[in-house]
Amino acid sequence: MRFFEYEAREIVKRAGIPVTDYGFTTDAQEAKEIAARIGGPTVIKSQVLSGGRMKAGGVKFADTPEEAEAHAKDILQLEINGHQPRGILVDPRAEFEQEYYAGVVWDGTRKQPVMIFSPVGGIDIEQVAEEQPDKVGRRHFSNILPFGDFEAKEVIASTGVTGSALNKLVPILTKLAKLFVEKDMTLAEINPLARMADGSFIALDAHMDMENEARGRHKQLLADLGVGDDETREAREPTEFELAGEAVDSQDHRGVAGNVTEFDGNLGLVIGAGGGSLTLFDAVRKYGGNPANYCEIGGNPSVSKAKGLAKLVLSKPGVDKIAVMMSIVSNTRVDIVARGVIAACLELGMDPAEKIAIFRIPGAWEEEGFKILEKYGVEYADRSVSLHEAASRAVEKIQGAAA
Amino acid sequence: MSILVNADTTFTVQGITGREAVNLTRECLDYGTGAKIVGGVTPGRLGREVHGVPVFDTVAQAVAHHGQPIDGSVVTVPPAFTKDAVFEAIENGIKIIVIVTERIPRRDVAQMVELASLRGARIIGPNCLGVIVPEVIKMGGIGGPAKDAAKSYKKGSIGVISRSGGMTTEMSSTLSAAGLGISTAVSIGGDAIIGSTYAELMPLFEADEETKGIVIYTEPGGRMEAELARWVTENDSRLPIVAFMAGRFMDEMPGMSFGHAGTIVEGKEDTATEKIARLAEAGITVAEEISAIPEIMKSKLAERSVSA
Repeated sequence: MRFFEYEAREIVKRAGIPVTDYGFTTDAQEAKEIAARIGGPTVIKSQVLSGGRMKAGGVKFADTPEEAEAHAKDILQLEINGHQPRGILVDPRAEFEQEYYAGVVWDGTRKQPVMIFSPVGGIDIEQVAEEQPDKVGRRHFSNILPFGDFEAKEVIASTGVTGSALNKLVPILTKLAKLFVEKDMTLAEINPLARMADGSFIALDAHMDMENEARGRHKQLLADLGVGDDETREAREPTEFELAGEAVDSQDHRGVAGNVTEFDGNLGLVIGAGGGSLTLFDAVRKYGGNPANYCEIGGNPSVSKAKGLAKLVLSKPGVDKIAVMMSIVSNTRVDIVARGVIAACLELGMDPAEKIAIFRIPGAWEEEGFKILEKYGVEYADRSVSLHEAASRAVEKIQGAAA
Repeated sequence: MSILVNADTTFTVQGITGREAVNLTRECLDYGTGAKIVGGVTPGRLGREVHGVPVFDTVAQAVAHHGQPIDGSVVTVPPAFTKDAVFEAIENGIKIIVIVTERIPRRDVAQMVELASLRGARIIGPNCLGVIVPEVIKMGGIGGPAKDAAKSYKKGSIGVISRSGGMTTEMSSTLSAAGLGISTAVSIGGDAIIGSTYAELMPLFEADEETKGIVIYTEPGGRMEAELARWVTENDSRLPIVAFMAGRFMDEMPGMSFGHAGTIVEGKEDTATEKIARLAEAGITVAEEISAIPEIMKSKLAERSVSA
């Protein structure tokens, strides 16, 4: 889960890393007051979770509080790549000597965090790594041993930085490493990390990503920042259809029948499990089908949950038929899914034989499941029909129906 | 022969009194030559039995009861308690740990994996269904109830490694139906950090005489396929590899996560397109669909036997 810049700054500040005397607001008048408090030139920055902010006009410089107010007014109304700003950040325009970079990310291959440091900051670290590789230091650190100052020293020294700059950077990098670990971040980055005229260091901008699975461990921090439980911060906001899918999945704790993503096709998908859903979605598109949605069933959900998911998909405007398909199941029961999707059709006054283009779920309790499907005249397939074959039959049927 | 486990492997089930764990225990006891589950652990449940398996409060008690080291453990406890359970297993001398639990934060997984490597133990998972050696043993929920697992997994010569538990069975069933069969199948888990990657399991398969080829199931996200491609290139592997890549549609939707936690695409190297190219460069054929895998594997095996 990505944090806004103003939230990331607060996280950095709480970790004991010096930041500027910035202010966050959603109000232009207040922006003026913050600028007056800061005194001197300021920068007004749009708070959006989108790149290309500078280019879109979401960052402006002001010399007076009045100018800050005027810019704030414009930026608060400026949509950037489809995102309305959450507010604005009013920041002093800092006079600095040099920009550095400090960041921590996971290395999935080494299975350890890696600290990255560079005396060349203010630009993308990937660009520095490409153009001046000797200016980028990297150091993996243990998941079990506490992070040591010496590790920060080593990564800084490896880039040729020495003297008082090295000694002043050590506590900042150490605090950043601890923050990364303690707050379950997947990315903790300070860029630029500026050396001021007096030799001190200040974080001028920060980028933080917290692992979704760990949100439950940081309830206090998230509450302090005003991040609600329902804020997914995915690449796009969830649609109403997707929220309805979540409601279906959370009706009880048995298994999964959800993870719904909306698309705009006419073939509704009731598919599973994780890998099976990815395979089947690809397969439907490969044969020219237009999925109305992505979803996942798994972990043996209750009949009512399977029914809820099927009803949701069947009632989606534009859906002509649904395809019920999974890779061979060993935990989820075939008969339970069969019962669920048939009940969904019946409750909506639809004929299962007509609405269900194909049912392809082989595995546990398949004999029982197939018996039910037969009774309602639904076309079903066992494991001798591959996932791709099933997807192609579903697409053929729906195209035949449309023609 | 097989990798990771065999007919003699003893193991425990941590969290054995949970609903899914009770089923899993039944399935493993019934399968093949019958798993040697020498004890289960649920704190506070000492003295109970699950399908005849004695339940203990701690792993130490289970080991003491067994009278000698226990080889493995299947961990099925909730995410908040998994790290402690795995540390407990490792510190009590267990060498192979299958973590079934999903939604464990990366920090915890990384800690478990690092301790395991310090102690010479191996972790499979998390978020996986375990390991199966057809007609011999299964350790974990892989393949489901014994009679269903028997339908999908026949003894044979192909090693299967998969980031998806369900697709491990789908692919194995296809390979079994085509007469190739399975030597050992491993569900490695769908998370961003896992105990055993493709490249880390390859040396084991390489050393297993029974295994003649490898089939992998893969998804967008992470660098695991690049690591495998590098391993294959550097080690001149004797094993032909066929891969299947799901989730190609995700390339058009950066930043969105589908299927498993590990699939979020964060960089260009993570995309399906990029991975397919990388695997192909290393001589790994990427099949367009699962049903095409057996024929591709058969022709690769024939090629190798001609050149050998």
